[in-house]
Amino acid sequence: MGVRVTVAGVGIHPFGRHEGVTNTDMGVHAVRAALAEAGDPPFQAAFCGTAYGGVASGHKVLGAIGRTGMPIVDVEAGCASGGAALQLAAGAIRAGQYDCVLVFGVEKMPKGIIRSSFFEPWREEAGLAATPAYFALRAQRLLREHGLTKQDLADVVVKNRRHGVHNPDAMFRKEVTAEEVLASRVVCEPLHLWMLCSPNEGAAAVVLRRAEGRSGDAVTLAAARLRSHLPGSVLGEATPLSGIDDTDIAPPSTLAARDAYEEAGIGPDDVDVVECQDTDAARELLAYAELGLCAPGDQRRVLAGRPHTINPSGGLLSKGEPLGASALGQVVELVRQLRGTAGARQVESARVGLAHTVGRGANACCVVLTR
Amino acid sequence: MNRPIHEGLFELDDDGGITLVGGYSPTSGAHHFPLQPVCPYTGAADVQRVHLSREGTLWAWTAVLAPPPGYRGEVPYGFGVVELTAERLRIVTRLKEADPARLRFGQPMRLVPDELDGVVTWAFE
Repeated sequence: MGVRVTVAGVGIHPFGRHEGVTNTDMGVHAVRAALAEAGDPPFQAAFCGTAYGGVASGHKVLGAIGRTGMPIVDVEAGCASGGAALQLAAGAIRAGQYDCVLVFGVEKMPKGIIRSSFFEPWREEAGLAATPAYFALRAQRLLREHGLTKQDLADVVVKNRRHGVHNPDAMFRKEVTAEEVLASRVVCEPLHLWMLCSPNEGAAAVVLRRAEGRSGDAVTLAAARLRSHLPGSVLGEATPLSGIDDTDIAPPSTLAARDAYEEAGIGPDDVDVVECQDTDAARELLAYAELGLCAPGDQRRVLAGRPHTINPSGGLLSKGEPLGASALGQVVELVRQLRGTAGARQVESARVGLAHTVGRGANACCVVLTR
Repeated sequence: MNRPIHEGLFELDDDGGITLVGGYSPTSGAHHFPLQPVCPYTGAADVQRVHLSREGTLWAWTAVLAPPPGYRGEVPYGFGVVELTAERLRIVTRLKEADPARLRFGQPMRLVPDELDGVVTWAFE
Protein backbone atom coordinates (compact mmCIF):
# COMPACT_ATOMS: atom_id res chain seq x y z
CA MET A 1 0.00 0.00 0.00
CA GLY A 2 2.74 2.46 0.94
CA VAL A 3 1.78 6.11 0.81
CA ARG A 4 -1.61 7.11 2.20
CA VAL A 5 -3.07 10.54 1.53
CA THR A 6 -5.02 11.85 4.51
CA VAL A 7 -7.23 14.86 5.05
CA ALA A 8 -5.61 16.91 7.80
CA GLY A 9 -8.08 19.78 7.78
CA VAL A 10 -11.09 21.24 5.98
CA GLY A 11 -12.63 24.71 5.84
CA ILE A 12 -15.51 26.37 4.05
CA HIS A 13 -16.87 29.85 3.47
CA PRO A 14 -20.69 29.63 3.34
CA PHE A 15 -22.11 29.41 -0.21
CA GLY A 16 -24.48 32.27 -1.05
CA ARG A 17 -24.50 35.84 -2.32
CA HIS A 18 -22.04 38.01 -0.42
CA GLU A 19 -22.07 41.68 -1.46
CA GLY A 20 -18.77 43.41 -0.88
CA VAL A 21 -16.92 40.17 -0.11
CA THR A 22 -14.20 39.27 -2.63
CA ASN A 23 -12.97 35.91 -3.86
CA THR A 24 -9.82 36.58 -1.86
CA ASP A 25 -11.80 37.28 1.32
CA MET A 26 -13.73 34.02 0.97
CA GLY A 27 -10.60 32.06 0.08
CA VAL A 28 -8.75 33.41 3.11
CA HIS A 29 -11.67 32.40 5.35
CA ALA A 30 -11.75 28.81 4.05
CA VAL A 31 -7.95 28.36 3.90
CA ARG A 32 -7.36 29.68 7.42
CA ALA A 33 -10.06 27.36 8.78
CA ALA A 34 -8.55 24.32 7.02
CA LEU A 35 -4.99 25.17 8.09
CA ALA A 36 -6.11 25.74 11.69
CA GLU A 37 -7.79 22.30 11.78
CA ALA A 38 -4.59 20.75 10.45
CA GLY A 39 -2.45 22.42 13.12
CA ASP A 40 -1.09 25.11 10.78
CA PRO A 41 1.44 22.88 9.01
CA PRO A 42 3.97 24.02 6.40
CA PHE A 43 2.75 23.02 2.90
CA GLN A 44 4.95 22.66 -0.16
CA ALA A 45 2.39 23.36 -2.90
CA ALA A 46 -1.08 24.81 -3.39
CA PHE A 47 -3.71 24.12 -6.05
CA CYS A 48 -6.65 26.50 -6.48
CA GLY A 49 -9.81 25.64 -8.40
CA THR A 50 -11.65 28.50 -10.10
CA ALA A 51 -13.46 29.07 -13.39
CA TYR A 52 -14.36 32.78 -13.26
CA GLY A 53 -11.83 34.00 -10.67
CA GLY A 54 -9.34 35.45 -13.14
CA VAL A 55 -5.55 35.57 -13.22
CA ALA A 56 -3.65 34.36 -10.13
CA SER A 57 -6.72 33.81 -7.94
CA GLY A 58 -4.77 31.38 -5.77
CA HIS A 59 -1.82 33.75 -5.36
CA LYS A 60 -4.14 36.52 -4.20
CA VAL A 61 -5.58 34.34 -1.44
CA LEU A 62 -2.24 33.07 -0.16
CA GLY A 63 -0.62 36.47 -0.64
CA ALA A 64 -3.24 37.93 1.69
CA ILE A 65 -2.08 35.67 4.52
CA GLY A 66 1.65 35.82 3.78
CA ARG A 67 1.88 32.15 2.80
CA THR A 68 3.55 32.24 -0.62
CA GLY A 69 6.83 31.00 -2.08
CA MET A 70 5.65 27.48 -2.87
CA PRO A 71 4.22 26.62 -6.32
CA ILE A 72 0.63 27.89 -6.56
CA VAL A 73 -1.35 26.56 -9.52
CA ASP A 74 -4.81 27.69 -10.57
CA VAL A 75 -6.90 24.90 -12.09
CA GLU A 76 -9.92 25.29 -14.36
CA ALA A 77 -12.06 22.26 -15.16
CA GLY A 78 -15.58 23.73 -15.16
CA CYS A 79 -17.80 22.39 -12.39
CA ALA A 80 -15.07 19.85 -11.58
CA SER A 81 -12.32 22.48 -11.01
CA GLY A 82 -11.95 21.73 -7.31
CA GLY A 83 -11.86 17.99 -8.01
CA ALA A 84 -9.16 18.51 -10.62
CA ALA A 85 -7.10 20.48 -8.08
CA LEU A 86 -7.56 17.65 -5.59
CA GLN A 87 -6.38 15.01 -8.09
CA LEU A 88 -3.22 17.01 -8.85
CA ALA A 89 -2.44 17.43 -5.15
CA ALA A 90 -3.08 13.79 -4.26
CA GLY A 91 -1.02 12.56 -7.20
CA ALA A 92 1.93 14.74 -6.22
CA ILE A 93 1.84 13.41 -2.66
CA ARG A 94 1.60 9.80 -3.84
CA ALA A 95 4.54 10.40 -6.17
CA GLY A 96 6.63 11.54 -3.22
CA GLN A 97 6.95 15.11 -4.46
CA TYR A 98 5.32 16.74 -1.41
CA ASP A 99 4.34 15.82 2.15
CA CYS A 100 1.61 18.40 2.62
CA VAL A 101 -0.46 20.24 0.01
CA LEU A 102 -3.16 22.90 0.31
CA VAL A 103 -6.14 22.57 -2.06
CA PHE A 104 -8.80 25.24 -2.25
CA GLY A 105 -11.43 26.69 -4.55
CA VAL A 106 -12.94 30.15 -4.84
CA GLU A 107 -15.75 31.56 -6.98
CA LYS A 108 -18.05 34.51 -7.43
CA MET A 109 -20.45 33.51 -10.20
CA PRO A 110 -22.06 36.12 -12.46
CA LYS A 111 -25.78 36.49 -11.71
CA GLY A 112 -28.47 34.99 -13.93
CA ILE A 113 -27.99 32.46 -16.73
CA ILE A 114 -24.30 31.59 -16.85
CA ARG A 115 -22.51 33.12 -19.83
CA SER A 116 -19.53 31.10 -20.88
CA SER A 117 -16.54 31.93 -23.09
CA PHE A 118 -16.89 28.28 -24.11
CA PHE A 119 -19.37 29.18 -26.86
CA GLU A 120 -18.57 31.05 -30.07
CA PRO A 121 -20.53 34.35 -30.27
CA TRP A 122 -22.64 33.17 -33.23
CA ARG A 123 -23.97 30.26 -31.17
CA GLU A 124 -25.16 32.71 -28.53
CA GLU A 125 -26.70 34.93 -31.24
CA ALA A 126 -28.56 31.95 -32.72
CA GLY A 127 -29.93 30.84 -29.35
CA LEU A 128 -27.91 27.61 -29.44
CA ALA A 129 -25.96 28.30 -26.24
CA ALA A 130 -28.70 28.48 -23.59
CA THR A 131 -27.38 26.36 -20.72
CA PRO A 132 -30.75 25.57 -19.05
CA ALA A 133 -32.15 24.50 -22.44
CA TYR A 134 -29.43 21.84 -22.72
CA PHE A 135 -30.23 20.74 -19.17
CA ALA A 136 -33.89 20.49 -20.22
CA LEU A 137 -33.15 18.29 -23.24
CA ARG A 138 -31.06 15.99 -21.08
CA ALA A 139 -33.84 15.89 -18.47
CA GLN A 140 -36.45 15.05 -21.10
CA ARG A 141 -34.30 12.23 -22.44
CA LEU A 142 -33.76 10.86 -18.92
CA LEU A 143 -37.51 10.86 -18.17
CA ARG A 144 -38.25 9.13 -21.48
CA GLU A 145 -35.52 6.50 -21.39
CA HIS A 146 -35.55 5.72 -17.65
CA GLY A 147 -39.33 5.78 -17.15
CA LEU A 148 -39.21 8.71 -14.69
CA THR A 149 -41.60 11.65 -14.28
CA LYS A 150 -41.63 15.32 -13.35
CA GLN A 151 -42.83 14.20 -9.92
CA ASP A 152 -39.47 12.41 -9.48
CA LEU A 153 -37.66 15.65 -10.38
CA ALA A 154 -39.70 17.48 -7.76
CA ASP A 155 -38.91 14.76 -5.21
CA VAL A 156 -35.16 15.34 -5.71
CA VAL A 157 -35.63 19.01 -4.85
CA VAL A 158 -37.78 18.18 -1.82
CA LYS A 159 -35.14 15.75 -0.50
CA ASN A 160 -32.17 18.07 -0.99
CA ARG A 161 -33.93 21.11 0.41
CA ARG A 162 -34.96 19.02 3.43
CA HIS A 163 -31.30 18.09 3.98
CA GLY A 164 -30.19 21.69 3.46
CA VAL A 165 -32.25 22.91 6.41
CA HIS A 166 -29.55 21.54 8.71
CA ASN A 167 -26.57 22.96 6.79
CA PRO A 168 -25.45 26.39 8.07
CA ASP A 169 -23.23 26.79 4.98
CA ALA A 170 -26.15 26.41 2.51
CA MET A 171 -27.85 29.29 0.67
CA PHE A 172 -31.42 27.94 0.96
CA ARG A 173 -32.44 26.52 4.32
CA LYS A 174 -36.19 26.19 4.02
CA GLU A 175 -38.09 23.00 3.19
CA VAL A 176 -40.26 22.96 0.08
CA THR A 177 -43.09 20.69 -1.08
CA ALA A 178 -43.34 18.91 -4.42
CA GLU A 179 -46.44 21.00 -5.17
CA GLU A 180 -44.46 24.21 -4.64
CA VAL A 181 -41.63 22.96 -6.88
CA LEU A 182 -44.05 22.07 -9.68
CA ALA A 183 -45.82 25.42 -9.23
CA SER A 184 -42.59 27.42 -9.66
CA ARG A 185 -42.30 28.94 -13.13
CA VAL A 186 -41.17 26.83 -16.08
CA VAL A 187 -37.64 27.77 -17.21
CA CYS A 188 -37.37 25.21 -20.02
CA GLU A 189 -39.87 22.36 -20.06
CA PRO A 190 -39.63 19.96 -18.15
CA LEU A 191 -37.47 22.01 -15.76
CA HIS A 192 -39.07 24.48 -13.35
CA LEU A 193 -37.12 27.23 -11.60
CA TRP A 194 -36.77 25.40 -8.29
CA MET A 195 -35.35 22.33 -10.04
CA LEU A 196 -32.26 24.36 -11.03
CA CYS A 197 -29.44 25.27 -8.65
CA SER A 198 -28.40 28.89 -8.26
CA PRO A 199 -24.93 29.93 -9.40
CA ASN A 200 -23.46 31.80 -6.43
CA GLU A 201 -20.35 32.54 -4.37
CA GLY A 202 -18.22 30.63 -1.89
CA ALA A 203 -14.92 29.00 -1.07
CA ALA A 204 -13.71 25.69 0.36
CA ALA A 205 -10.31 24.34 1.36
CA VAL A 206 -8.71 20.98 2.17
CA VAL A 207 -5.25 20.25 3.60
CA LEU A 208 -3.83 16.93 2.37
CA ARG A 209 -0.99 15.22 4.21
CA ARG A 210 1.12 12.18 3.46
CA ALA A 211 0.87 9.30 5.92
CA GLU A 212 2.49 5.86 5.99
CA GLY A 213 0.52 2.64 6.29
CA ARG A 214 -3.06 2.26 7.50
CA SER A 215 -2.65 3.55 11.04
CA GLY A 216 -4.31 6.67 12.35
CA ASP A 217 -7.80 7.99 12.67
CA ALA A 218 -7.68 10.65 9.93
CA VAL A 219 -10.00 10.48 6.93
CA THR A 220 -8.21 8.95 3.94
CA LEU A 221 -8.46 10.36 0.44
CA ALA A 222 -8.68 6.95 -1.23
CA ALA A 223 -9.15 8.30 -4.78
CA ALA A 224 -9.60 11.56 -6.69
CA ARG A 225 -10.02 10.92 -10.39
CA LEU A 226 -10.80 13.37 -13.18
CA ARG A 227 -11.92 12.33 -16.67
CA SER A 228 -13.04 14.18 -19.77
CA HIS A 229 -15.75 13.09 -22.21
CA LEU A 230 -15.45 10.63 -25.05
CA PRO A 231 -16.65 12.18 -28.33
CA GLY A 232 -20.04 11.56 -29.90
CA SER A 233 -22.77 12.24 -27.34
CA VAL A 234 -24.89 15.21 -28.45
CA LEU A 235 -26.37 15.95 -25.00
CA GLY A 236 -23.21 15.43 -22.96
CA GLU A 237 -21.63 18.30 -21.01
CA ALA A 238 -19.28 18.93 -23.95
CA THR A 239 -22.36 20.42 -25.72
CA PRO A 240 -21.33 19.85 -29.35
CA LEU A 241 -23.64 20.85 -32.22
CA SER A 242 -24.06 17.27 -33.38
CA GLY A 243 -23.60 13.72 -32.20
CA ILE A 244 -24.06 10.07 -33.06
CA ASP A 245 -25.76 7.08 -31.41
CA ASP A 246 -24.17 7.11 -27.93
CA THR A 247 -25.50 3.79 -26.60
CA ASP A 248 -21.96 2.45 -26.21
CA ILE A 249 -20.24 5.72 -25.29
CA ALA A 250 -19.60 5.84 -21.54
CA PRO A 251 -20.22 9.32 -20.08
CA PRO A 252 -17.32 11.05 -18.26
CA SER A 253 -18.99 10.56 -14.87
CA THR A 254 -18.98 6.79 -15.41
CA LEU A 255 -15.34 6.86 -16.52
CA ALA A 256 -14.33 8.85 -13.43
CA ALA A 257 -16.38 6.64 -11.11
CA ARG A 258 -14.85 3.44 -12.48
CA ASP A 259 -11.36 4.86 -12.03
CA ALA A 260 -12.11 6.06 -8.50
CA TYR A 261 -13.71 2.76 -7.39
CA GLU A 262 -10.74 0.83 -8.79
CA GLU A 263 -8.15 3.06 -7.14
CA ALA A 264 -10.00 2.92 -3.80
CA GLY A 265 -10.54 -0.83 -4.09
CA ILE A 266 -14.29 -0.52 -3.52
CA GLY A 267 -17.54 -0.84 -5.45
CA PRO A 268 -20.64 1.34 -5.43
CA ASP A 269 -22.30 -0.96 -2.88
CA ASP A 270 -19.59 -0.10 -0.34
CA VAL A 271 -20.49 3.59 -0.39
CA ASP A 272 -22.49 4.93 2.59
CA VAL A 273 -22.89 8.58 1.69
CA VAL A 274 -22.79 10.42 -1.64
CA GLU A 275 -22.47 14.07 -2.65
CA CYS A 276 -23.34 14.25 -6.35
CA GLN A 277 -23.82 16.94 -9.00
CA ASP A 278 -27.38 18.27 -8.81
CA THR A 279 -27.05 21.30 -11.09
CA ASP A 280 -30.62 20.43 -11.90
CA ALA A 281 -32.85 17.76 -10.41
CA ALA A 282 -32.52 15.49 -13.45
CA ARG A 283 -28.72 15.69 -13.27
CA GLU A 284 -28.84 14.04 -9.85
CA LEU A 285 -31.06 11.18 -11.06
CA LEU A 286 -28.80 10.65 -14.07
CA ALA A 287 -25.78 10.56 -11.74
CA TYR A 288 -27.27 7.64 -9.77
CA ALA A 289 -27.09 5.49 -12.90
CA GLU A 290 -23.79 6.90 -14.19
CA LEU A 291 -22.07 6.26 -10.85
CA GLY A 292 -23.38 2.68 -10.68
CA LEU A 293 -25.54 3.38 -7.60
CA CYS A 294 -28.51 1.79 -9.39
CA ALA A 295 -29.61 0.41 -12.74
CA PRO A 296 -31.16 2.90 -15.18
CA GLY A 297 -34.81 3.27 -14.19
CA ASP A 298 -34.23 2.24 -10.57
CA GLN A 299 -33.61 5.78 -9.35
CA ARG A 300 -36.66 5.96 -7.07
CA ARG A 301 -35.11 3.41 -4.71
CA VAL A 302 -31.97 5.52 -4.37
CA LEU A 303 -34.03 8.68 -4.07
CA ALA A 304 -35.76 7.08 -1.08
CA GLY A 305 -32.33 6.80 0.59
CA ARG A 306 -31.66 3.09 0.03
CA PRO A 307 -28.96 2.07 0.58
CA HIS A 308 -27.02 5.31 0.24
CA THR A 309 -27.76 8.78 1.58
CA ILE A 310 -27.47 11.24 -1.30
CA ASN A 311 -26.51 14.90 -0.84
CA PRO A 312 -26.87 15.17 2.95
CA SER A 313 -25.41 18.71 2.65
CA GLY A 314 -28.52 19.69 0.71
CA GLY A 315 -26.64 19.49 -2.57
CA LEU A 316 -26.17 22.36 -4.98
CA LEU A 317 -29.96 22.80 -4.96
CA SER A 318 -29.64 24.03 -1.35
CA LYS A 319 -26.09 25.35 -1.32
CA GLY A 320 -25.96 26.97 -4.76
CA GLU A 321 -23.02 26.41 -7.09
CA PRO A 322 -19.75 28.37 -6.97
CA LEU A 323 -17.92 26.35 -9.69
CA GLY A 324 -14.37 26.42 -8.34
CA ALA A 325 -15.46 25.67 -4.79
CA SER A 326 -18.34 23.23 -5.23
CA ALA A 327 -16.34 19.99 -5.53
CA LEU A 328 -14.28 20.84 -2.45
CA GLY A 329 -17.47 21.83 -0.63
CA GLN A 330 -18.60 18.24 -1.20
CA VAL A 331 -15.31 16.97 0.24
CA VAL A 332 -15.74 19.19 3.31
CA GLU A 333 -19.20 17.68 3.85
CA LEU A 334 -18.02 14.09 3.43
CA VAL A 335 -15.04 14.58 5.76
CA ARG A 336 -17.43 15.87 8.44
CA GLN A 337 -19.78 12.94 7.80
CA LEU A 338 -16.95 10.41 8.13
CA ARG A 339 -15.64 12.11 11.27
CA GLY A 340 -19.15 11.98 12.74
CA THR A 341 -19.26 15.76 13.22
CA ALA A 342 -22.06 16.61 10.76
CA GLY A 343 -24.51 17.50 13.52
CA ALA A 344 -28.22 17.28 12.71
CA ARG A 345 -27.52 15.97 9.20
CA GLN A 346 -25.16 13.19 10.33
CA VAL A 347 -25.50 9.94 8.36
CA GLU A 348 -25.25 7.10 10.86
CA SER A 349 -21.95 5.15 10.91
CA ALA A 350 -20.77 6.54 7.58
CA ARG A 351 -17.39 5.01 6.64
CA VAL A 352 -17.13 5.48 2.87
CA GLY A 353 -18.08 8.65 1.00
CA LEU A 354 -18.26 9.41 -2.73
CA ALA A 355 -18.20 12.93 -4.20
CA HIS A 356 -19.09 13.59 -7.84
CA THR A 357 -18.94 16.69 -10.01
CA VAL A 358 -19.49 17.04 -13.75
CA GLY A 359 -19.73 20.00 -16.08
CA ARG A 360 -18.38 22.08 -18.90
CA GLY A 361 -15.51 20.64 -20.87
CA ALA A 362 -16.75 18.03 -20.40
CA ASN A 363 -15.07 17.27 -17.08
CA ALA A 364 -16.16 14.81 -14.42
CA CYS A 365 -14.45 14.05 -11.13
CA CYS A 366 -15.09 11.37 -8.53
CA VAL A 367 -13.56 11.42 -5.07
CA VAL A 368 -13.62 8.54 -2.58
CA LEU A 369 -13.03 9.23 1.12
CA THR A 370 -12.81 6.50 3.77
CA ARG A 371 -12.34 6.23 7.50
CA MET B 1 -30.56 39.39 -48.85
CA ASN B 2 -29.87 38.36 -45.28
CA ARG B 3 -26.38 37.18 -44.44
CA PRO B 4 -25.69 33.79 -42.82
CA ILE B 5 -25.18 33.93 -39.05
CA HIS B 6 -21.78 32.28 -39.51
CA GLU B 7 -19.72 31.21 -42.55
CA GLY B 8 -19.45 27.57 -43.55
CA LEU B 9 -22.45 26.15 -41.70
CA PHE B 10 -24.93 25.92 -44.58
CA GLU B 11 -25.72 26.93 -48.15
CA LEU B 12 -28.80 28.95 -49.13
CA ASP B 13 -30.34 27.53 -52.27
CA ASP B 14 -31.89 29.40 -55.18
CA ASP B 15 -35.28 27.80 -54.45
CA GLY B 16 -35.37 29.40 -50.99
CA GLY B 17 -34.22 26.23 -49.26
CA ILE B 18 -31.21 25.61 -47.05
CA THR B 19 -28.66 22.79 -46.89
CA LEU B 20 -26.41 22.06 -43.92
CA VAL B 21 -22.74 21.44 -44.73
CA GLY B 22 -21.21 18.61 -42.73
CA GLY B 23 -18.32 16.20 -42.87
CA TYR B 24 -18.02 12.48 -43.48
CA SER B 25 -15.02 10.28 -42.74
CA PRO B 26 -14.98 6.94 -44.60
CA THR B 27 -12.52 5.58 -42.04
CA SER B 28 -14.81 6.49 -39.14
CA GLY B 29 -17.97 5.70 -41.08
CA ALA B 30 -19.64 8.66 -39.38
CA HIS B 31 -20.96 12.12 -40.22
CA HIS B 32 -20.46 15.28 -38.21
CA PHE B 33 -21.67 18.90 -38.20
CA PRO B 34 -20.39 21.56 -38.61
CA LEU B 35 -17.67 20.53 -41.07
CA GLN B 36 -14.31 19.97 -39.30
CA PRO B 37 -10.90 19.46 -40.92
CA VAL B 38 -10.45 16.26 -38.89
CA CYS B 39 -13.06 13.70 -37.81
CA PRO B 40 -14.14 14.75 -34.28
CA TYR B 41 -14.86 11.14 -33.24
CA THR B 42 -11.63 9.45 -34.33
CA GLY B 43 -9.12 12.06 -35.51
CA ALA B 44 -9.17 10.54 -39.03
CA ALA B 45 -7.88 12.99 -41.66
CA ASP B 46 -10.00 11.74 -44.59
CA VAL B 47 -12.95 14.05 -43.99
CA GLN B 48 -15.08 14.76 -47.05
CA ARG B 49 -17.30 17.85 -47.30
CA VAL B 50 -20.90 16.68 -47.69
CA HIS B 51 -24.40 18.12 -47.96
CA LEU B 52 -26.50 16.75 -45.13
CA SER B 53 -30.04 15.58 -45.79
CA ARG B 54 -32.98 17.86 -44.95
CA GLU B 55 -35.23 15.21 -43.38
CA GLY B 56 -35.14 13.81 -39.88
CA THR B 57 -37.15 12.93 -36.79
CA LEU B 58 -37.56 14.83 -33.54
CA TRP B 59 -35.32 13.39 -30.82
CA ALA B 60 -35.43 16.01 -28.03
CA TRP B 61 -37.15 19.37 -27.58
CA THR B 62 -37.95 22.22 -25.23
CA ALA B 63 -38.70 25.95 -25.47
CA VAL B 64 -36.53 28.85 -24.33
CA LEU B 65 -38.78 31.42 -22.66
CA ALA B 66 -36.33 34.14 -21.57
CA PRO B 67 -33.61 35.54 -23.86
CA PRO B 68 -30.24 33.96 -23.01
CA PRO B 69 -27.08 36.16 -22.96
CA GLY B 70 -25.99 37.30 -26.43
CA TYR B 71 -29.15 36.07 -28.18
CA ARG B 72 -30.44 38.32 -30.99
CA GLY B 73 -33.82 36.73 -31.72
CA GLU B 74 -37.24 36.70 -30.11
CA VAL B 75 -38.61 34.51 -27.34
CA PRO B 76 -40.10 32.07 -26.88
CA TYR B 77 -38.32 29.86 -29.37
CA GLY B 78 -38.17 26.12 -29.84
CA PHE B 79 -34.86 24.32 -29.20
CA GLY B 80 -34.05 20.67 -29.61
CA VAL B 81 -32.25 17.84 -31.36
CA VAL B 82 -33.31 16.33 -34.68
CA GLU B 83 -31.87 13.01 -35.89
CA LEU B 84 -31.23 13.05 -39.63
CA THR B 85 -32.75 9.91 -41.07
CA ALA B 86 -30.16 9.16 -43.75
CA GLU B 87 -27.01 9.92 -41.73
CA ARG B 88 -28.34 9.00 -38.23
CA LEU B 89 -26.70 12.27 -37.16
CA ARG B 90 -28.23 14.18 -34.22
CA ILE B 91 -28.23 17.94 -34.85
CA VAL B 92 -28.74 20.64 -32.22
CA THR B 93 -31.23 23.06 -33.72
CA ARG B 94 -33.81 25.79 -33.37
CA LEU B 95 -37.36 24.54 -33.83
CA LYS B 96 -40.13 26.53 -35.51
CA GLU B 97 -42.62 25.22 -32.93
CA ALA B 98 -42.14 26.98 -29.57
CA ASP B 99 -44.85 25.09 -27.67
CA PRO B 100 -43.36 21.81 -26.34
CA ALA B 101 -46.85 20.34 -25.86
CA ARG B 102 -47.42 20.38 -29.63
CA LEU B 103 -44.38 18.20 -30.37
CA ARG B 104 -43.84 14.46 -29.96
CA PHE B 105 -40.86 12.12 -30.00
CA GLY B 106 -40.05 10.72 -33.44
CA GLN B 107 -42.25 13.06 -35.47
CA PRO B 108 -40.96 13.88 -38.99
CA MET B 109 -39.02 17.15 -39.25
CA ARG B 110 -37.82 19.18 -42.22
CA LEU B 111 -34.92 21.67 -42.45
CA VAL B 112 -35.87 25.29 -43.19
CA PRO B 113 -34.11 28.66 -43.16
CA ASP B 114 -34.84 30.81 -40.12
CA GLU B 115 -34.48 34.60 -39.99
CA LEU B 116 -33.59 36.46 -36.85
CA ASP B 117 -32.72 40.14 -36.64
CA GLY B 118 -31.22 40.46 -40.11
CA VAL B 119 -29.32 37.16 -40.24
CA VAL B 120 -30.21 33.67 -41.45
CA THR B 121 -29.71 30.47 -39.54
CA TRP B 122 -31.22 27.00 -39.74
CA ALA B 123 -34.24 25.48 -38.01
CA PHE B 124 -36.48 22.43 -38.29
CA GLU B 125 -40.27 22.41 -38.59
